[in-house]
Amino acid sequence: MLKDKDRIFQNLYNDMGSDVSSSQKRGDWVNTKELIDKGRDWIINEIKSSQLRGRGGAGFPTGLKWSFAPKEVGSRPHYLVINGDESEPGTCKDRDILRFEPHKLIEGCLIASYAVQAHVCYIYIRGEYFVDGQKLQSAIDEAYEKKLIGKNAAGTGWDLDIYIHYGAGAYICGEETALLESIEGKKGQPRLKPPFPALIGLYGCPTIINNVETIAVVPTILRRGGEWFASLGREKNTGTKIFCISGNVNNPCNVEEEMNIPLKELIEVHAGGVIGGWDNLQAVIPGGSSMPLIPKEKCETLTMDFDSLMAEKSGLGTAGIVVINKDQDIIKCMARIARFYKHESCGQCTPCREGSGWMWRMLERMAKGEATKDEVDMLGDVTNQIAGHTICAFGEGSSWPVQGLLRHFKKEIEDRNNLSPIHEKKNNIPYLVDQHLLDKKNA
Amino acid sequence: MSLRRPAKDQPETFEFNSSSLDAAKTIVSNYPTGKQQSAVMALLYIAQKQNNNWIPLAAMKYIAKFLEMPYIKVYEVATFYTMYNLSPVGKYFVQVCTTTPCMIRGANKLVEACKEKISENESELSSDKSCSWMEVECLGACVNAPMMQINDDYYEDLDKGKTLEILDQILSGKTPKPGSYRGRVNNEPENNRKTLMDLKNA
Repeated sequence: MLKDKDRIFQNLYNDMGSDVSSSQKRGDWVNTKELIDKGRDWIINEIKSSQLRGRGGAGFPTGLKWSFAPKEVGSRPHYLVINGDESEPGTCKDRDILRFEPHKLIEGCLIASYAVQAHVCYIYIRGEYFVDGQKLQSAIDEAYEKKLIGKNAAGTGWDLDIYIHYGAGAYICGEETALLESIEGKKGQPRLKPPFPALIGLYGCPTIINNVETIAVVPTILRRGGEWFASLGREKNTGTKIFCISGNVNNPCNVEEEMNIPLKELIEVHAGGVIGGWDNLQAVIPGGSSMPLIPKEKCETLTMDFDSLMAEKSGLGTAGIVVINKDQDIIKCMARIARFYKHESCGQCTPCREGSGWMWRMLERMAKGEATKDEVDMLGDVTNQIAGHTICAFGEGSSWPVQGLLRHFKKEIEDRNNLSPIHEKKNNIPYLVDQHLLDKKNA
Repeated sequence: MSLRRPAKDQPETFEFNSSSLDAAKTIVSNYPTGKQQSAVMALLYIAQKQNNNWIPLAAMKYIAKFLEMPYIKVYEVATFYTMYNLSPVGKYFVQVCTTTPCMIRGANKLVEACKEKISENESELSSDKSCSWMEVECLGACVNAPMMQINDDYYEDLDKGKTLEILDQILSGKTPKPGSYRGRVNNEPENNRKTLMDLKNA
């Protein structure tokens, strides 16, 4: 288990309070000026040597991302945008940072803004976290009052303004370009990349977008050194991470742990074990709902980091672990996730808009055992038609969980759905894929 | 995509009152000059708050004028984002999360409780017109599942009995205490905490 002194988020459970003075006791804002005086290149190099990877799901190296910002500020100002639109089912880590460690985030904003030469920072928070956003706002107000941000922030000579922008219940706004559209006051529909936001982002200006957790760990990395961070975890998967363990466990919780920790240790030690014992485990979704599930056999030895999960054809994503035990109907669980994606598709690309609903309807019928044999393969076909054929990664996000289900639980689906394909077409409409719907009332 | 339609009965006019106007002006100043369109989401919230938690079409027209942007752009935003209510909801607006992490911990029991206490169908006002409920997608409190949101507050670690108690309170006009209903502290592993123990005991 990670030693307590190596935990970055000391106030994860709010034992100490989240105001400036108690944050300063934990080391926030202590020598911000010294860190910034070491210069832009030092900061970016330190983050690069820490091998910090973005905590929002994609795991892109943060130091590299910052180095994409133009070296000189041209006619267009630079922006820093913090992504706090945490909506991935199974994930609730950013909420705890917003309400209990706001000063780590604000200090991180100052350092990151300096590193990418931004004077304005927008923090995008999902609308449902209004109360937690208010807590962050009062921390921002306090920081302004103590002159930690604003003109000549924390005595560094750098000016920084931080504003909160609330979302309004759209999961897709967690996608970085949709988030920018949303800040610009439009529908949250993702943009094509390239151009990448680092060059053309918010209002057409260079913009760096980072997750809340990524920015909140930055000050601690700089204080303790990139080497310290890199010594935790393993090569390319370094540092600590907040894991959210939910679902059928005895003590669902958020816990900060070292990267590459065994999944079994997380579940058994921190979350109090699977309800009904380890043998009652059916499957685990390792990184938020869009990552393919992993069956029990593999959970025994699985370690939690970006690359080891990639090797299992899944991903760490946001590290929202959903434990599903044998009391649950796995097809129904996945049908519910498919319904989530059907609801949250932004409707811009046809494969995703139509396909997400199609997958949901098929899975609902499969959960009830009303699908025909040939539909199981058809479902796999639909997922392949969506993934990779959309503007943003939502297409992958919605089809991967279904592909995971087909990969590991195909037999369960086939056992339940053994109706023969429809040979007799009563209403003879050529090319109609959903023929069976015509034959059924209320379908 | 979710299908969203404005209400049939619409008020003729809408105007910000003085406190809304102040709030709106502050929000607009958060964005660069000429980019006042960015404030549209926040202004819709302000309108919603002023107008008993729903947004009439007149408010969208008013905001369009206020921000010097086309009405259709405001309409697009208001119909795209699900947290803008386009038809009247109760004074107490109950949203039950039923996405998988909550579902496998028994969110359907919460839905049952809402059906018993508030109304048979979702988005339907209760008999005294004070409450309405609906199923929503993940609210981002998965380790506190099952949970629901009433107006701005989260109610966590629920079961059917506790939900019925909460609903009884709001139906009698009281605002129940938000947070965990099993008495646990925030998101710590209940009775099983193994980390940061010095701080807990401090």
